[in-house]
Amino acid sequence: MTAPLVYLDNNATTAVAPEVLEAMLPYLREAYGNPSSMHDFGGRLSKDLDAARGRLAALIGAHPDEIVFTSCGTESDNTALASALETHPTKRHLVTTAVEHPAIISQMNHLKKKGYEVTFVGVRPDGVCEPEAIRAALRPDTAVVSVMWANNETGVLMPIDEIAQVVKEHGALFHTDAVQAVGKEPIDLSRTPVDLLSLSGHKLHAPKGVGALYVRRGTPFRPYILGGHQENGRRGGTYAVPNIVALGAAAELAGRHMAEERARVTLLRDRLEAGLLERVPAVHRLGNPELRLFNTCTVSFEYIEGEAILLMLSEHGICASSGSACSSGSLEPSHVLRAMGLPFELCHASIRFSFSRYNTDADVDRVLEVTPGIIRELRRISPFTPPALLR
Amino acid sequence: MAWDYSEKVKQHYLHPKNVGVVENANAVGEIGSMVCGDALKLTLRITPETGVIEDAKFQTYGCGSAIASSSALTELIKGRTLDEALKITNQDLADFLDGLPEEKMHCSVMGREALQAAAANYRGEVFVHEEDDEFHTVCHCFSVNNVTIENAIRENHLTTVEQVTHYTKAGGACRNCVPEIEQILRRLAPEAAPADADATGDEPPPMSMFRRIKIIEETLENDIRPALHTDSGGLELLDVSEAEVVVRFLGRCGSCAQSGATLDFVRTRLEKALGRPVSVREVK
Ligand SMILES: Cc1ncc(COP(=O)(O)O)c(C=O)c1O
Repeated sequence: MTAPLVYLDNNATTAVAPEVLEAMLPYLREAYGNPSSMHDFGGRLSKDLDAARGRLAALIGAHPDEIVFTSCGTESDNTALASALETHPTKRHLVTTAVEHPAIISQMNHLKKKGYEVTFVGVRPDGVCEPEAIRAALRPDTAVVSVMWANNETGVLMPIDEIAQVVKEHGALFHTDAVQAVGKEPIDLSRTPVDLLSLSGHKLHAPKGVGALYVRRGTPFRPYILGGHQENGRRGGTYAVPNIVALGAAAELAGRHMAEERARVTLLRDRLEAGLLERVPAVHRLGNPELRLFNTCTVSFEYIEGEAILLMLSEHGICASSGSACSSGSLEPSHVLRAMGLPFELCHASIRFSFSRYNTDADVDRVLEVTPGIIRELRRISPFTPPALLR
Repeated sequence: MAWDYSEKVKQHYLHPKNVGVVENANAVGEIGSMVCGDALKLTLRITPETGVIEDAKFQTYGCGSAIASSSALTELIKGRTLDEALKITNQDLADFLDGLPEEKMHCSVMGREALQAAAANYRGEVFVHEEDDEFHTVCHCFSVNNVTIENAIRENHLTTVEQVTHYTKAGGACRNCVPEIEQILRRLAPEAAPADADATGDEPPPMSMFRRIKIIEETLENDIRPALHTDSGGLELLDVSEAEVVVRFLGRCGSCAQSGATLDFVRTRLEKALGRPVSVREVK
């Protein structure tokens, strides 16, 4: 492949920011000590951890002591649910949505097998989960409600303020998987009554292998990874100093540039979307057009299949992703799109383009240049395409 | 996820051969649907006197390997007689493409089926009519019938449900049909052994019910129960028949979420002791 890379799969993972790499390198080289050590060589690193903790806390309106560093978003999600259940042993019910990431869904299914009851609340055709639907699912024995802040496949933003309010009135714990939102959306936990929040470094230009769980002061908590006294006894395991420093640096960058990035990337995304809708017939935009991440554009092309589109885009150096069954590694198309009531055939043909601060107008131009031809070619191959579309 | 497609597969999905509909086609085979995620329409023009496929074209809805398999199929059958073409197996198709990822073998099966459907159409028959009495849908999620599954098992020597799913998609969604696929696999088990397998693939010698029960009881007592007791669980033998061994878990094993895995453990130990497949059923 000689075509220049056009990376539009930032909801899958992001590039490590050069500033972030610079910030973490000293800790991979000379400053390799263990912050828990008594000697100064290791011990002095704990102030760097504190600084990172402070930066991440600032990004989401939290106190530094409310941040527990983890290995990834999935660990944060698993920890949140496990802790909520362990601290409320008499409560046997959980509430979540039908469109969560597998990090939540798999855990919920596992808990069901262990005898817990789980209510999967549906979403509207535009992908939004209504606060009233959450309210209706609550029971006296509900231990925890987990609703994602932003959906990874469609970018749809859930009304987290309202849902958090509903859950608070009831008294259950409220967890949100904000892996796709942190660093993109303004989040102020001093105002939004969330008890537990998951985030992941590699979605905001930190490296893979670091995440965090926000635990509101006063929220009962039990560690999930048992070990040493790290993280105030809330998560065992030697501090991953370079990764944690990187996450702090990435959080600082995200906060500093958020306003301008949101404005600039929204324009790119909107131009791509308008261009596709204009140049390609029989294409649908998926998800609520207003209530969604500024970086995500998910569309579906009638009469063709998503994996084939991805392969052809990839030939042109363009990276995107699909909710189609063939590209998921399972045989079933996206559970998210099906929960929105989308017919199977549109699920199979969904393509997600997701932007980051590193995308440019040239990237959008490139996608708009090659996509109509790819769609046309695949429609020429498909037996379902109405002849009128090919004229 | 990214698939490890061969260069040849890539060439055939990026530049497929024989796309379209043959004019004056006298054989048409259609298989699959948009809901299932893949579909293939094959049109052929066959010279009635010679039975030679003069022209073949396809239209495919599906992933890269579905397109590549269809393109390969048309390349392989053009110029052959229909009878010769029908001898092409899905494995031949995959080989022509320098291999397909196992999860994508159903694409090559689809190619073959479309050809069979086209042949039936040419001869004025209804596809798979010969098995009418038995013919039924096994997997409702992907509309896969028993004949497709049986053919895939026989031709490719499949031995597990997972393989059947990779080759036919059956059992890939709600999994309700997995027990039936297991049944078909068991029924065809001896057939599935590769033809060139040496002595190890031989059928185990017959065994009397008396010996069967004795071995099962001994294995339970000396091998399985001790292992389960460490788990403070236990196991009761309820019945033994030709078809199955029926057991009940006691104590912690009974309430444990892992009892599926435990059942698997019991089955593998029994199979080892008996030297043949057994099915173990749990009664709560
Ligand atoms: C919404 C959401 N939750 C959780 C995760 C899992 O995060 P991680 O990859 O850090 O485990 C992801 C990322 O794939 C995600 O998009």
